[in-house]
Amino acid sequence: MRVMVIVKASKESESGGVPDAKELAEMGKFNEQLVEAGVMLMGEGLHPSSKGVRVRFEGKQRKVIDGPFAETKELVAGFWLWQVRSMEEAIEWIKRAPLFDGGVEIELRPVFEMEDFGAAATPEIRDHEARLREKIAQR
Amino acid sequence: MTADTHRSIEAVWKIEAPRLIAGLARMLRDVGQAEDLAQEALVAALERWPTDGIPDNPGAWLMTTAKRRGIDLLRRHRMQDEKRAALEYEFGSDAMTHAPDHADALDDDIGDDLLRLIFTACHPALGRDMQVALTLRMLGGLTTPEIARAFLVPEATVAQRIVRAKRTLAEKKVPFEVPRGEELSARLASVLEVVYLIFNEGYAATAGNDWARPGLCEEALRLGRVLAGLAPREPEVHGLVALMEIQASRLHARTGPDGAPVLLLDQDRSRWDRLLIRRGLAALDLAERLGGGDGNYVLQAAIAACHARALHAKDTDWARIASLYARLAAVAPSPVVELNRAVAVAMADGPEAGLRLVDALREERVLANYHLLPSVRGDLLFKLGRRDEARAEFERAAKLTGNVRESELLRRRAEACADQ
Repeated sequence: MRVMVIVKASKESESGGVPDAKELAEMGKFNEQLVEAGVMLMGEGLHPSSKGVRVRFEGKQRKVIDGPFAETKELVAGFWLWQVRSMEEAIEWIKRAPLFDGGVEIELRPVFEMEDFGAAATPEIRDHEARLREKIAQR
Repeated sequence: MTADTHRSIEAVWKIEAPRLIAGLARMLRDVGQAEDLAQEALVAALERWPTDGIPDNPGAWLMTTAKRRGIDLLRRHRMQDEKRAALEYEFGSDAMTHAPDHADALDDDIGDDLLRLIFTACHPALGRDMQVALTLRMLGGLTTPEIARAFLVPEATVAQRIVRAKRTLAEKKVPFEVPRGEELSARLASVLEVVYLIFNEGYAATAGNDWARPGLCEEALRLGRVLAGLAPREPEVHGLVALMEIQASRLHARTGPDGAPVLLLDQDRSRWDRLLIRRGLAALDLAERLGGGDGNYVLQAAIAACHARALHAKDTDWARIASLYARLAAVAPSPVVELNRAVAVAMADGPEAGLRLVDALREERVLANYHLLPSVRGDLLFKLGRRDEARAEFERAAKLTGNVRESELLRRRAEACADQ
């Protein structure tokens, strides 16, 4: 399964502060571990909300609102996309992330997969699967 | 213990297991014993962590526990004095390894140890089934029931394979090492075959037969990526990763709403995973830059990339695919490769040209019961307006395939030959 790891913003990230060499190295090492474990699919940092815009939809109306935006704790500062076997695995990995000791909230959300839409699991396939398992159990 | 805690411990185990086993294997020079000790450490974790909580450094906890158990066990077998001494030395030297420099050095060693572990799990002394079971167990941290479920075989069968694999490795005194020089190529090819086999088990399964196994594709992809990290200068490793990423990108497009398989050329390409395609193309690029352009997996990946790059089926560069198959035929000749080349040639140069190549394959014993031969021939004959012959071929193909869905598809094509 895939999990999106959403790093929420902080005063520091919103102020446009860039991590120093030591911090970059630490984060780099963590990212390397994710790559080496085959977990990392992608990861990016986002510019502070002062560089962003929001587009509000109301009926046919499109309103463009410039950043910065107020609710810092709810803003997204960066994200990863990870390939993991379970949410628990994603939780274990994020616990090992450096640089967040200062106090940041990270949200993990599972990505929709085909199986979730039920499209692949027609009653016929589920039937077949059940019969196969029965056969195996009998051996 | 709550289900949540159990799942968390399981997750930690799957992260830590390969390094744990690899590190122990280096000390004991015995993969089987290492795996046994690691399992004991897992049992201990399942006993202690629910009450004590998961330790901050679970890997270190597991290793320390495993070593302790190992020393205890070996104390009872006096013939293993050497091994016990090795463990005690390592155990004692743990106290010196808290300095950060040491930690980095250990990391490098662990990389090598993981590589040794992979090569050992895929050793030629073991049958393919054993290699697959051992690889999934030691490198994927999969339990016996999980492996059994993945391959639709009884648990007892998997347990037996693992036991026999460990015994064989011990009896033959298989060294815990990465092969060198000339041996490396062949041994690496074997490792890649195991990984690709696991991938295909999951990939083929998703085409309407059994939807419960895309997890195998993911497992294989992860193994491939791990390998790519451990052996970054091996182009064939990147080639295999590229091939798997690109094939996996199509997983969600391969099944229609009624669960029927959808052929590549008919797939809704908007459902192809662009991220995986991007990763696959990057891996392929890396493999080619490393000079691996004519490797077996690199060529297969290059062919897959041709499809991946075409936004619509009609944009496919068939001429390039045909020439890639020709190169593949030189490297890994087989009638199946030639058949695929014929298909590409037909798409590039017309059905007549393709048919000439297919006709040349009709005597091949290997293809005697291969349903795709008459299926392809039928398709080309149909395109040439030779409908009666096409119908016969489709009917033959329908009888040869074991897959009910495909059989139906082929029978419908046979019927369509009668339409005017």
